[in-house]
Amino acid sequence: MRIINTNEIENAIYKMALRAGVNLTPSCLTAMKEAQLTESGTAAKFALKTLNENAEVAKELQMPVCQDTGLSVVILEIGQQVYLEGDPLKQAINRAVKRAYFDGYFRKSVCDPITRVNTTDNTPAVIHTEIVDGDEIKITYLPKGFGSENMSKLYMLKPAQGVEGIISAIVNTVKDAGSRPCPPVFVGVGIGGTFDTCAFLAKKALTRKIGSHNAREDIAQIEIEALKRINELNIGCQGFHGNTTALGVSCEWAHTHIAGLPVAVNIQCHCVRCEEVVL
Amino acid sequence: MIELTLPLTKEQVKSLRAGDSVLLSGTILTARDCAHKRLISLINENKELPFSLKDAFIYYAGPCPAKPDMASGSCGPTTSARMDSFAPTLLDLNLGGMIGKGEMCEEVRQALIKNCAVYFAAIGGAGALYAKCIKNSECIAFEDLLSEAVYKLEIKDFPVVVAMDCHGESIY
Repeated sequence: MRIINTNEIENAIYKMALRAGVNLTPSCLTAMKEAQLTESGTAAKFALKTLNENAEVAKELQMPVCQDTGLSVVILEIGQQVYLEGDPLKQAINRAVKRAYFDGYFRKSVCDPITRVNTTDNTPAVIHTEIVDGDEIKITYLPKGFGSENMSKLYMLKPAQGVEGIISAIVNTVKDAGSRPCPPVFVGVGIGGTFDTCAFLAKKALTRKIGSHNAREDIAQIEIEALKRINELNIGCQGFHGNTTALGVSCEWAHTHIAGLPVAVNIQCHCVRCEEVVL
Repeated sequence: MIELTLPLTKEQVKSLRAGDSVLLSGTILTARDCAHKRLISLINENKELPFSLKDAFIYYAGPCPAKPDMASGSCGPTTSARMDSFAPTLLDLNLGGMIGKGEMCEEVRQALIKNCAVYFAAIGGAGALYAKCIKNSECIAFEDLLSEAVYKLEIKDFPVVVAMDCHGESIY
């Protein structure tokens, strides 16, 4: 058994939240710079150049790269040999988020869904916990912007629709979103599971590096084919037309029921912000 | 690059074409989902608005808090399509135009033609760069809405692209 105080988790999330609000992931920075070089559309190329400058300014001034500093999504993979002591886990996580959003001058974007009244401190965070082998805790922190989240979709396909159905669902989601989610987008896809696990897989797919591929060859082929077709849509950066509509497609999968083929498509804008730490 | 200072004359609006790159200076007002809902309620109830819409430019944005040494925090545009149902009413009340990101609907296109107004697209996600173009920021209405309140921003060389012009053309 290994004892970990929830203070340690709080401090780790506080640091990750502060970094994530200001910095794009290294794989996103690389993909955006590459896109600027290869983009053929004039207006889209200008927009990509502006966004790459913006990333540098944010870093230099230590200010949020985008004003939508997101809803905090925290994924904890907790080793089953870990014993947590200290304040309740949820309280520690929410305190970390609150502190980071004030200290980082981040926008507080969380509200009641009916009254729309802001909670004023960006809490509560969305917390996912998984029990895994071992005596460590892996924490992934993803501040999720909603211009792109709004364009996400979940499909309950028929098994007969197969791989082609999955690829069409991914491409059509990006096509319908058009210029609205701040393309070039990063597309997280969940395949299989139930209605709820499928959506979570899509979110988890967004924590992968842009350009990485699923270990399963047949799933990796779906990622490659979907990305190719998306970049033929001619939506382009900001919807200004061009060949960079998506930076990447990541798929995660789970076993499903013989009667179903759930596919969830979670859209992430070009501000890919994600941090990871192992305690 | 075209340089313009707000408010715009009708002649200036007519000269703009979808796809033109423009550097804007002058005064703009932020308003997004909640502020629009309130404005439309006031209009429907025939009540006085907390600021004049005439020739004003609304920026669909909700900024981050400003750091002590800056006029504004990160302040890029939000998705304009969520304001599709509000924009025609405001344009009919002589709003000069809007700044946001992404396509807007057919009714907005028609309202831009009818009222000789323009919709500019700012670069979504460039919040830090836009903050540098903001020289002053003052909350002028709906303060309780926090980042969704209406802020009067003084901007200098704020880069935008003409997304939908008064001739019915669109960049999308």
